[in-house]
Amino acid sequence: MKGSVIKYERDNIDTDVILPGPYLKIHDYAELATHAMEGLDKDFHKRVKPGDFIVAGKNFGCGSSREHAPIALSYSGIKAVLALSFARIFYRNAVDGAFLLPIEIDESAYKDISDSDSLEVDISANEIKNLTKNKVYKMKPFPELIGKIIAAGGLFNYKP
Amino acid sequence: MLNITEKILARASGKNQVSPGDVVFVNVDKVMVHDVSGPGVLAVFEKLRKKGMIIDKVWNPDKVWVAEDHFVPAADKISAQNIVLLTNFTKQFGIKKHFKYGMGQYGICHTLSHEEAMVLPGEVYVGGDSHTNTTGALGAFAAGLGHTDVAYVLLNGKIWFKVPETLFFKLNGKLPDHVMAKDLILKIIGDIGTDGAAYKTMQFGGTGISEMSVESRLTLTNMTTEAGAKSGIVEPDQKIRDYLAGRGVTKYDEVHGDSDAQYEKIYEYEGSEMEPIVAKPFSPENTVVARDLSSVELDKAYIGSCTGAKLEDLEAAAKILKGRTVKIRTEILPAAMSIFRKAMDGGLLKIFMDAGVVVGPPTCGACCGAHMGVLAKDEICISTTNRNFPGRMGHIESQTYLASPLVAAASAVTGKITDPRDLK
Repeated sequence: MKGSVIKYERDNIDTDVILPGPYLKIHDYAELATHAMEGLDKDFHKRVKPGDFIVAGKNFGCGSSREHAPIALSYSGIKAVLALSFARIFYRNAVDGAFLLPIEIDESAYKDISDSDSLEVDISANEIKNLTKNKVYKMKPFPELIGKIIAAGGLFNYKP
Repeated sequence: MLNITEKILARASGKNQVSPGDVVFVNVDKVMVHDVSGPGVLAVFEKLRKKGMIIDKVWNPDKVWVAEDHFVPAADKISAQNIVLLTNFTKQFGIKKHFKYGMGQYGICHTLSHEEAMVLPGEVYVGGDSHTNTTGALGAFAAGLGHTDVAYVLLNGKIWFKVPETLFFKLNGKLPDHVMAKDLILKIIGDIGTDGAAYKTMQFGGTGISEMSVESRLTLTNMTTEAGAKSGIVEPDQKIRDYLAGRGVTKYDEVHGDSDAQYEKIYEYEGSEMEPIVAKPFSPENTVVARDLSSVELDKAYIGSCTGAKLEDLEAAAKILKGRTVKIRTEILPAAMSIFRKAMDGGLLKIFMDAGVVVGPPTCGACCGAHMGVLAKDEICISTTNRNFPGRMGHIESQTYLASPLVAAASAVTGKITDPRDLK
């Protein structure tokens, strides 16, 4: 996966800013995408391109269980969120619904990656290449079950 | 050496023993969807049907129950349509427990779960809402899930969980009269942070919890979500048995932790030292003692939600509002019709109306900033709800302070954030 970075240098980016409450009644995935990140960055949907990555701090996706949050990001074109850590429901929604990859990175990668950098993510090698800065970072490997669900293409395709 | 959560998950996964970190597929006893997660689950079903899957039944319609709470009364045409979708869904799949707005008992899902004894001690309960944790106060494993996971449970009757580490919060002695469970849980979240219990279970115990009412315990488990917890739990005791018996339920299979149960960490709080606490915008961890905020002028007080509109919460507000009038816009929305009725029978509604308060129907509307009284730009609200993220209760530049019903009611009277002890 190759794409460029949209970086939010902050912790606790919650589901209320990823997809605000008034839009919870909407279940059209393309329409949800037009409201992605609206509570934090009004220009997100104008800026995001297919294949982009979000880079953020700890506890990404905290708050509500709304699957609208990973759906809105996914249908905006986001392929993966690279964060210091994730809130649990956002993490499992992203994986079980096969919407995007929640990738945990360490503090040094988080600091080093800049907005608009070009990245290449290789989950089989647990590596992130920064093509702009010509550097390589390690990602935290997915736990065994999570890796299997991702490989299967979501929970419904996974056979326990 | 297993704690209650490990024992419930072991039993539900057919194992003698599980340890934190193990991934298990557990059999689910109850599953809940509401008017946001229900249509979300149906969208997942549609996606699966397009891939050729035949979906004409759920695994066990008697274990599924449905609430209408987020967008009732129907906020607009889309919300009205979502209720129709939900109604068609329960009809088609033979789901009998559907609490419908305008037809007797209905209310916020996490309130119905205990008011209607929908979930019992020892059970595994999942719901399409993050505050599903609430029901762990009855001694169940209760956790929130998204649409895909709930759809999976509806079709397969099971779901995966990583067995969580447990943090044990021990309350020594009773809370003082002016302090509520809300103050204690805000204090805890302030101490450990909004990811302080991420992926873990928060268990509550000690003499202070034994003395605490069931409704107060529910306030604690409700807000474990705000510390990032997978679940919150209290071991069932006689108070839980009496509570359930009062709702006609006496048969269930209680689970208790072993006497040498293991916890990742134990935190101790002295009941007598607790004070009224408020969480400032824009995070539940942003806590200070209420008295430090006595200069904050308010536009609105909100007493509602699964967190802060149970009968006991309304009684606390009434204690303050009796014989007084509010200085700012104040709304009180009981969390379920059964509570609304008890508030009427107990004379609480008269106290509220005499004070100038608007009393409204159960809904999640204003708590999640969706409808039924959202905040304007720059407005400041004190609220008995559970979250105060940017834009949570309305305009992105509005502000919400989280507090107990006592603090919210005292603040409604003065128009400024007020410790109930300082009310003249």
